[in-house]
Amino acid sequence: MADKTKDEILHDHNHDGIDRRGFLKCMAWAGTGAFCVMQGGVLKSYSLSGLAGSSAKEMKGELSFVQISDSHMGFNKPANTDVAGTLKAAIDKINALPTQPSFILHTGDITHLSKPEEFDGVDQLLKGASAKDVFYVPGEHDVIGDDGKQYLERYGKNAKGAGWYSFDQKGVHFIGLVNVMNLKAGGLGSLGTEQLEWMESDVKHLSKSTPIVVFAHIPLWSVYPEWGWGTDDSAQALGRLKKFGSVTVLNGHIHQTMQKIEGNVTFHTAASTAFPQPKPGAAPSPGPMKVPAEQLKSVLGIRDVNYVQGKHALGVTDSSLE
Amino acid sequence: MKRTVLTLGVATLAILIIMMAGRSTTFGSTMEDKPATQVKIDNFVFSPNPVTVPVGSTIRWTNQDDIPHNVVSDDKSFKSKALDTDETFTYTFTKPGTYTYFCSIHPKMTGKIVVQ
Repeated sequence: MADKTKDEILHDHNHDGIDRRGFLKCMAWAGTGAFCVMQGGVLKSYSLSGLAGSSAKEMKGELSFVQISDSHMGFNKPANTDVAGTLKAAIDKINALPTQPSFILHTGDITHLSKPEEFDGVDQLLKGASAKDVFYVPGEHDVIGDDGKQYLERYGKNAKGAGWYSFDQKGVHFIGLVNVMNLKAGGLGSLGTEQLEWMESDVKHLSKSTPIVVFAHIPLWSVYPEWGWGTDDSAQALGRLKKFGSVTVLNGHIHQTMQKIEGNVTFHTAASTAFPQPKPGAAPSPGPMKVPAEQLKSVLGIRDVNYVQGKHALGVTDSSLE
Repeated sequence: MKRTVLTLGVATLAILIIMMAGRSTTFGSTMEDKPATQVKIDNFVFSPNPVTVPVGSTIRWTNQDDIPHNVVSDDKSFKSKALDTDETFTYTFTKPGTYTYFCSIHPKMTGKIVVQ
């Protein structure tokens, strides 16, 4: 129970600015998974390592789903020589959740080198998840060499452009964005005009009380531009969501959990299921971080999200694979 | 008469063989005179950078990171596949000019080759 109190972070959109203690606490989790609960339009976040102490009732909402990210199937370097094993551990963790999620979001870098067998490996493992629906967005590692052709063939059947789409679940509007295509020399992640225009028309008909969840691979806020951890035109995207009271942004890419609140928008990055990356600026480069073998699962994880109608936060719970 | 033609034919063949041998020797020494200039990719950085080389030079990029990178010229005149750890890409610059390039997977990584 003590663990639960320690790991739970509740973001209330009525508070302005950044919950610095919460933010720092999130930094300390580096790489744990998250469980998110939409409660009254606000995402509540819990660390999954603390979930065992949380009552099922507390976790229950109108809608719960899980975010996983950066499975990097095919990676076999010292930072993790068994990424299939840790993805399997993440799926076991999902299947053991007190409230079974309706679906899974995968926020990209499904594979390491965009190889068919790498995509197949992830698909095969995810068949073992209790939640059968998986919604993807591509990471830069999923579109190598073919400008995302293979990714689109596999996952883009209902998508527009380079793979963006939206869907509704229990009153929550989900928008999957692609910010890893047509990247320019010296630049960051990029959404592009066509996608921004689509997004504007996509949300036009929605009432401002509709909770919005945006998910994309590269963070839609400037986490650390020096390492490419940001998206050049993210402000234009968020500008199109100004009228909404509750916007939750879920990203991957940086292989560690971080959170930030800015006005009506709560930003979360998720842990990887494959290997951790250093904190911004804490190493010469954002390359894979090798930790002692016995610590690896403590820096990998999943995220659970829960929504309860009538409240103003989605609950987001990160939990490690331990 | 027949004999003369045959002799001439043999002589011509001999000259041809000598010429070919000479050419292949010259070709071989040209290759040895200009080994590829090495650019390493380490910690998400191309180094050395920039690189200045004479026309006809070959650059060999080697990825020393645990993460794949590629080498793509800004004008797309050359483009490598994704280089996994220790994989290399070579390109020969046959025209003078300034060639800027980047890693399209990690576009913050940029480099420049000046060919004189």
